[in-house]
Amino acid sequence: MTENKNESSPLAGLFVTCLVDLMRPSVGFAAVTLLERAGCRVEVPEAQTCCGQPAYNSGDRADTKAIARQVVAAFEPYDYVVAPSGSCAAMIRDHYPALFADEPDFAPRAKAVADKTHELVSFLADQRGLDSVPGRFEGRVTYHDSCSGLRELGVKAQPRRLLARVAGLELKELRDAEVCCGFGGTFCVKYPEISDKIVSEKCAAIEESGADLLLAGDLGCLLNMAGKLKRRGAGVQARHVAEVLAGELADPAIGEPERSPGRS
Amino acid sequence: MQATSRNFKDNAHEALADPNLQKAMGFVRTGFIEKRKAAADALPEFEALRDSARDIKNHTLANLDHYLERYESKATENGAQVHWCATAEDARQTVLEICRSVGARTATKGKSMIAEEIGLNDFLEKNEIEPIETDLGEYIIQLRKEPPSHIIAPAVHVTQDQVEADFRSHHKHLKPDRPLAEPQQLVAEAREMLRQKYLDADVGITGANFLIAETGTSVIVTNEGNGDLTQILPKVHIVIASIEKVIPTLDDLGVILRVLARSATGQEMSSYTTLSTGPRRPEDPDGPEQYHVVILDNGRSSMLGTEYQEMLRCIRCGACMNHCPVYHAVGGHSYGWVYVGPMGAVLTPSLIGVDQAGHLPNASTFCGRCESVCPVRIPLPKMMRHWREREFERNLNPPAQRWGIRAWAFLARRPGLYRAVTGLQVRALGLLGRRRGRFASLPLAGGWTRHRDFPAPQGRTFQQRWAERRRESGRSAA
Ligand code: SF4
Repeated sequence: MTENKNESSPLAGLFVTCLVDLMRPSVGFAAVTLLERAGCRVEVPEAQTCCGQPAYNSGDRADTKAIARQVVAAFEPYDYVVAPSGSCAAMIRDHYPALFADEPDFAPRAKAVADKTHELVSFLADQRGLDSVPGRFEGRVTYHDSCSGLRELGVKAQPRRLLARVAGLELKELRDAEVCCGFGGTFCVKYPEISDKIVSEKCAAIEESGADLLLAGDLGCLLNMAGKLKRRGAGVQARHVAEVLAGELADPAIGEPERSPGRS
Repeated sequence: MQATSRNFKDNAHEALADPNLQKAMGFVRTGFIEKRKAAADALPEFEALRDSARDIKNHTLANLDHYLERYESKATENGAQVHWCATAEDARQTVLEICRSVGARTATKGKSMIAEEIGLNDFLEKNEIEPIETDLGEYIIQLRKEPPSHIIAPAVHVTQDQVEADFRSHHKHLKPDRPLAEPQQLVAEAREMLRQKYLDADVGITGANFLIAETGTSVIVTNEGNGDLTQILPKVHIVIASIEKVIPTLDDLGVILRVLARSATGQEMSSYTTLSTGPRRPEDPDGPEQYHVVILDNGRSSMLGTEYQEMLRCIRCGACMNHCPVYHAVGGHSYGWVYVGPMGAVLTPSLIGVDQAGHLPNASTFCGRCESVCPVRIPLPKMMRHWREREFERNLNPPAQRWGIRAWAFLARRPGLYRAVTGLQVRALGLLGRRRGRFASLPLAGGWTRHRDFPAPQGRTFQQRWAERRRESGRSAA
């Protein structure tokens, strides 16, 4: 599918996610490239910060609802809301309607935004039928299925389908790919020892896979796994799957030093 | 049982450093999971059966008073004596009185989580009645004076080598050089130890997986047949069960049994499914003279009508803990009370109070694997989140956590301010981290950097770069 955008192309609002905004903007740009490739016009509303999960999963319902209201209002004008994260997309899609179930005035608005919200890769594959991607990658990659995307949104086959379109790429399946990486948002700092045990098991499986590059669809999990891989001295690098699909690999992988000029 | 759930973090710390425990948990991490999956995949209607099982339990809970009364009247008609017990103390006293009424010195026991919940063994011992566990796993942990660490595999935290050592140190009268390296040899030895005890016991105590309202029947499922010997040989059989064990009909039992063993161990059926309907009748070849059913509430009725009602659907299969990464890491004893893993993280705060058990619903990554395998589709993460909400409302979580969240939320609710503040922070971190690409330690992030590096941010926020790109494309268009 080629880029062919005009006024009648659907308008996608990119929900950047707080982690991509702060930590790794290149994932956001890769998402824009892919969405445009899939025939969407893309806008990025300014009035977004976070989907509210840190508050929601800490039991702070009042703040969660205030943040959710903000997101709903900011994204109402779009045909689609797309996030490069299964967990943020699931928050909006599955949890916002439940949060406002007892507010008849707001519930329909939350529901309407929820219904048009998608995780990036499944949106590209399922909603837009994208069947070719700009990315090229010579090497072996492995893929971790992040929990929310997998279990709340059914993201499993779509990233594999699109990765198969990346020229040069060889996918090595990860043992226990569906087991949590131990991130869990605030869990990893509230229960650091337990989180460490879980991510250590995950890293052992990643190293065993023989891949050079670890991919996943959620930056939180990736920061956790990349941080642990580095601490273990493993040679496996980590990137968001969108970067590879879009072929935007100029920035160093997660946790890697900036390449010094003059060397490539 | 004295709860140590408050010490969850310390318990977990010890568990993580315990090589025997970590070795023993290996089986849970792989064996249970593969077996369940094979069993579920082999039955095309498995997912539909899960829906039916959920619906049966929901219907029963919506009409719980009706089905409990129905059960009682049927059971009484069959000659059972039904005892309603509001609290653990009531239940202990009731069991003791029954034992005393027949002058019991020993009581054999089948596996029962309710007996663990009410601390029955210690209580009977204090009152000079010797409880004898007949389930192999329970027998092992009774020797070790430990609580169970799993609801269907109580000794799953013990390695085979440890069992061998325990048997050698407790069964002193047997030859010290006897071979015990094979699991079958351990089983045979435990059987041998128990044989005479079955015959000598005055009372047999079992749990119940289900109570059938239509027939007044109690049902147990086991893999060792020990439950049958426990309830058939002594003069008195006491069933201890909690109120949510009732289901309407035998047909309903058929549905639920089809998901129970598959979810638990990956078996199509457990080896023994035993239905008991009253004491021995004159024409029966065997059976107890007295048949008592102790029905415990212990806080469950107050879960009805709340956001925790769905937890009462639980059929105690153990699948949620078998699939839980936190349970795999720390084992059951870390949870500090009878119920462990995800089901314990929801149920324990309901039964002993969230002020005691507040860690449990927090110690979850919300990965959702428990809910994805629960045969009665209990939304476990959702209910753990409800507990977090109750804690937040009551100011029960640590102040640093609360203020962290509130401060972050204050910013997140003000996009302009948020962009200004985070933009500066990210810039600084990006510059500092550029050369190495990551931080080995960072102030205020010790929880993260103790165990892993913190990847450096790229340096500017997406929003900053996006705005710049827009400005540039505006200029080039003009
Ligand atoms: S909560 Fe569900 S999975 Fe866990 S023990 Fe109960 S029935 Fe089984």
